[in-house]
Amino acid sequence: MRNVMASGFDPAELLAAAKAGHMVALGLRFVAVGPDWCEFAIDYDRRLVSDAATGILASGPIMSLMDTAGGFAVWARRGKFAAQATLDLRLDYLRPSRPGQTVIGRVECYRLTHRIAFVRGVAHDGDPDHPIAHLAGTYMLLGDGK
Amino acid sequence: MTPVALLPYADFLGIRIAGERHGAPLLVMPFSEGLLNLQGRLHGGAISGLLEIAAIAAIDATLEEGEDPRSVFKPITVTVDFMRPGQPADVYACAQVVRVGGRVANVAVCAWQDDPDRAIAAARMNLAITPPAGK
Repeated sequence: MRNVMASGFDPAELLAAAKAGHMVALGLRFVAVGPDWCEFAIDYDRRLVSDAATGILASGPIMSLMDTAGGFAVWARRGKFAAQATLDLRLDYLRPSRPGQTVIGRVECYRLTHRIAFVRGVAHDGDPDHPIAHLAGTYMLLGDGK
Repeated sequence: MTPVALLPYADFLGIRIAGERHGAPLLVMPFSEGLLNLQGRLHGGAISGLLEIAAIAAIDATLEEGEDPRSVFKPITVTVDFMRPGQPADVYACAQVVRVGGRVANVAVCAWQDDPDRAIAAARMNLAITPPAGK
């Protein structure tokens, strides 16, 4: 499903170079990329729960998943790995994730200007039509921009 | 202020309580390589995680002894603004509980590094209040 654009942004190549960092610590997995979207997954891990009794994942790891997928969606649309910074993220939690389930985050960059990229996305734990959370966010393009 | 217990996810991030600020728990997330993004800055998700934990710790501190906030408060919406890049250094966070109502709690929370007046990120969280089982 992975289709790398002719413009040259290859998430797999970028990720292969990352031996440490937050994505590695959380165990974020690259799933797929398109011209203006990217999908990552996070496997269930008891260290990431908000409450040992319920076993529900904390919202922080979902935010990390969605921020990562969002950043990669912007790079996909820019067609390159270039400096950018998250400006804001809003996550609406529609329901708790089910303990033990892998969570998938798919984020689309639906608008790119010279300075700002706008993203939206959904997190789900198996059925994209029954999402856990919705994301809206923006990223600032740094350096020479778009 | 009653003592607060942090979430398992807080241990994962290395977060601990560093003291108190304006009557709410002051949290610190010590720097580690595992918090960095691919650009060598603190990952926005890790900063968001710290903000979430500070928010829940602040609510926790307002509760009566014996009430478990982790099964009582669940995030509905979380909005995070990133003001400055997170440098590879310790991060502090402290929340202000704006209101705890019957159904929803509203919390404002801020994170900084060397200077509390120069926030690197701030969040607003609205959390659902679910009565503990049996009440």
